[in-house]
Amino acid sequence: MSNLFKYTLRIADSSLVLGQRMSEWCSKGPTLEEDIALSNIALDLFGQANGFYEYAAELDGSRSKDDLAFKRNEREFFNHQLSEQENGNFGTTTVRNFLHDAFNFLFYTELASSKDEILAALAAKSLKEVKYHLRHSSNWLIRLGDGTNESNLKVQEALDFLWQYTGELFEMDEVDNDMLDNGLGVDNIQLKIKWDELINNTLKKAKLKRPIDGYMATGSRKGIHTEYLGFLLAEMQFLPRAYPDAKW
Amino acid sequence: MAENETVWEVFIQSKNGLAHKHVGNVHAADKVMALENARELYTRRNEGSCIWVVKASEIVSSETEDSEAFFDPSNDKMYRHPTFYNMPEGSKHI
Repeated sequence: MSNLFKYTLRIADSSLVLGQRMSEWCSKGPTLEEDIALSNIALDLFGQANGFYEYAAELDGSRSKDDLAFKRNEREFFNHQLSEQENGNFGTTTVRNFLHDAFNFLFYTELASSKDEILAALAAKSLKEVKYHLRHSSNWLIRLGDGTNESNLKVQEALDFLWQYTGELFEMDEVDNDMLDNGLGVDNIQLKIKWDELINNTLKKAKLKRPIDGYMATGSRKGIHTEYLGFLLAEMQFLPRAYPDAKW
Repeated sequence: MAENETVWEVFIQSKNGLAHKHVGNVHAADKVMALENARELYTRRNEGSCIWVVKASEIVSSETEDSEAFFDPSNDKMYRHPTFYNMPEGSKHI
């Protein structure tokens, strides 16, 4: 497997898994308007995943994009552990998405100038949507953090819990380093500086306390996940696995 | 719907230069949320280039019971319609 393939697959996996999480909100949103907003974000993420899987399948040569999405097991998925965390309450979802959107926004901004034209184009296309996602989650974070005592408490709790999954976003393994050295990938270490700034600004507006960096979960680059991914995949993959030749 | 959520009327401009048209309404707690909700509900299929949201309570409307006084008098004033002119042949877009 080439590093370009692995790199592309990781991006696709994070989009797909977060998209699947967001789709769980469909029909359960706090208001009709928000329900539609959450489902729209899910669809945006599926669209992004589709683009990256298409490219990954082309690089792979033997598997289709559907094979990649629906016929790999948990240990063969490389999405960030943050993206697979459960929706929890609306505040938990807001915090998870905010942390992820801030990363995605900066990541795609950099990836848009990759020497790989297809990655660059996919990043530029995704960026437009991610800008909106970040705006949506930031606004809600501020609204909830600077809302009532109860709403502040809930998002602060979510932030304290989810913080452990943010370290992984900025890791560099041999794939990342190789991609970076060839001008194809993103320098995640540099990204962290901008991410910190973005996060700190918004947390301040939201009257939330930035958690202290403690234990940081790791492993998704090697296919190691939290207990939640397996259940998510089981639900997502059931139909195409039970009826492999099913057509719409 | 929560008590503190207001109704906002939504107006979409489909193209630069055209008038904003009323398309419906949304619930939202503040103007930022109103604008975002309007974007989600009414511009999913590339309908617009600009959105206005206005608090429904801020709109001043004529009352149904006033409609006779407001609108009927214009019915019998045919001279207000430019229907008595002969159009020159070949003129377009009129």
